[in-house]
Amino acid sequence: MAISIALSVILLLGVEQLRTQARENFSQSISGTDLVVGARTSPIQLMLYAVFRLGDATHSIRWASFQAIAQHPAVAWAIPISLGDSHRGFAVVGTTPAYFKYFRYADGRSLAFSAGGPFGDIFDAVIGADVAEQLGYHLGDHIILNHGAKDIGLAQHADKPFQVVGILKRTGLPVDRSVHVGLEAIEAIHLDWQGGAPIAGLSIPAEYVRKFDLNPKELTAVLIGLKSRVGVFQMQRFINQYRGEPLLAVLPGVALDELWSVVGIVENSLLIISALVVAVGLSGLVAVVLAGLGERRRELAILRSVGAGPRVVFMLLAIEGLIIVVVGSLLGLLGLIALSHFAAPFLQAHLGISLTAGLISAEAWQLLLLVMATGFLVSLVPGYRAYRISLADGLTPRL
Amino acid sequence: MNRSGMGRSGVSEFVIDIENLVFQWPGRNGFRLSIPQFKVKPGERIFLQGASGSGKSTLLGLLGGVLLPQPCRLRVLDTDMTALTSSARDRFRVDHVGFLFQQFNLVPYLSVRENVLLPCRFSPRRRQRSLEAAGTNAANALEQSADRLLAQLGLDAALARQPATALSVGQQQRVAAARALIGHPELIIADEPTSALDSDRQAEFLDLLLERCENENVTLIFVSHDERLAQHFTRSIHLNELRG
Repeated sequence: MAISIALSVILLLGVEQLRTQARENFSQSISGTDLVVGARTSPIQLMLYAVFRLGDATHSIRWASFQAIAQHPAVAWAIPISLGDSHRGFAVVGTTPAYFKYFRYADGRSLAFSAGGPFGDIFDAVIGADVAEQLGYHLGDHIILNHGAKDIGLAQHADKPFQVVGILKRTGLPVDRSVHVGLEAIEAIHLDWQGGAPIAGLSIPAEYVRKFDLNPKELTAVLIGLKSRVGVFQMQRFINQYRGEPLLAVLPGVALDELWSVVGIVENSLLIISALVVAVGLSGLVAVVLAGLGERRRELAILRSVGAGPRVVFMLLAIEGLIIVVVGSLLGLLGLIALSHFAAPFLQAHLGISLTAGLISAEAWQLLLLVMATGFLVSLVPGYRAYRISLADGLTPRL
Repeated sequence: MNRSGMGRSGVSEFVIDIENLVFQWPGRNGFRLSIPQFKVKPGERIFLQGASGSGKSTLLGLLGGVLLPQPCRLRVLDTDMTALTSSARDRFRVDHVGFLFQQFNLVPYLSVRENVLLPCRFSPRRRQRSLEAAGTNAANALEQSADRLLAQLGLDAALARQPATALSVGQQQRVAAARALIGHPELIIADEPTSALDSDRQAEFLDLLLERCENENVTLIFVSHDERLAQHFTRSIHLNELRG
């Protein structure tokens, strides 16, 4: 009995925990950035691909636009980001060393290296903690990038291997699952490519790429930090009205809120479903206790004979139900903690959600208390039934 | 009989004192029990014979204070049952009366000893009396008292910690007898406690129960339909004789 309540509590709290953790992760990954800039699209889409590496960019932005933004007097720092390639399922991020210097997340933390340092040479790569851990990479290892986001085998930049020069500490952000290279490197590996495929008969060996113009021409997005947050709307207007090409600047917080309002419907349906599962568990409890009462009429009569009044009988049965609910709820809580402990690596790897195992949010505690309170209320039903039985039976149960 | 310390004024000569009692179960065809007169003196051991449907359960409910008759004289241990509130009657029942039932007399999820001590949980008076009976101030005086009672009823002390369900029917009835006797209630009401036992066990159990009641000077109302048992009691009454 307690088990079915435990399972339903696991479901309820699990959904709640996933929900809050996902939100927290999303908002943490961008908390240090004032504006995200990309080609004109929907704000949510821009956030998804530029920050969370979900989906693909539809358009790119010109290098000249980046320069115009970066040199704006209100801008403290600007990080260019060029996406599109991948390495064994992990996104490749073309950027500049500014990324490691200025990127801020959570409560103003910056990226830190667990080994090595930022990239210096063209074919240097800095990998996130998950990339290093899952692929077993160390400093000095050589890696080959894939063209495009999907690992389809053939379209590899096999002629231009990269060397791992830095490994970042774990952040719990998409950064952990990214391979960072210089913007010049992105240009270099695509020198002999056109329209998503190697140009037949043309192959430029890695030694010679430096002879070419490797200045970046296109970007996917720009992350901007302002000198003062007060000027954020002014800056946003400046970018949105930029004459060179259609651009979009979004405030990450606003875009995230918009995202949650879309995702919220799904979240709430999930919560409602799990609440229903809890309701089923609790009504199962009531049904079982009620069904058992018939066989316990003698027990009730014995209790009456030793001085228990009908109200005591009522309380005994209600408390019995409450104990089952409390035990079930606590079992569920323990189960959830154990489960999130074991599921955390999986969720991190496949959904990018980092679960802080054992940390139950205030909302989850409230839900748990709500379950227990409801459990007590429904336990009043068998309590009342026992009260009626003991009044009717007295000392001689009718069997 | 030592009635001192009970804090009740006016010593009555009867443990049970009924006059003009009428009880009607609700409903148009509800069972009706009327008893013009029924008096039991202290220390009596009454054999009350009655077929099923003759009103035994109703009489037990009235004596135990679970049922309330129409206004009449219904005094148990010189207490007017009709004047007590229902919770006062619950309290009175556990303070002064021990009950013994047919079978399945024990609470299944409690141990043998816990079953015996059940009345002490609800009645400070019986708790106090069983502590006095233990004659020691040890922390487990209550348990000792229960174990001694079990031993007097021929049950091994090793059984005390067993779950109640592990016992045979005969053993269970002895545990129930110990529960009825603990804390020295003045009156014991037994409702066919031997009907589930075979005749050898029946005689054995009856001897033990009567012996305990005699030793402790407890008044006993023993309800049964088996008239062969009547010879062991000081008085035998047929319920039909009582009814008016």
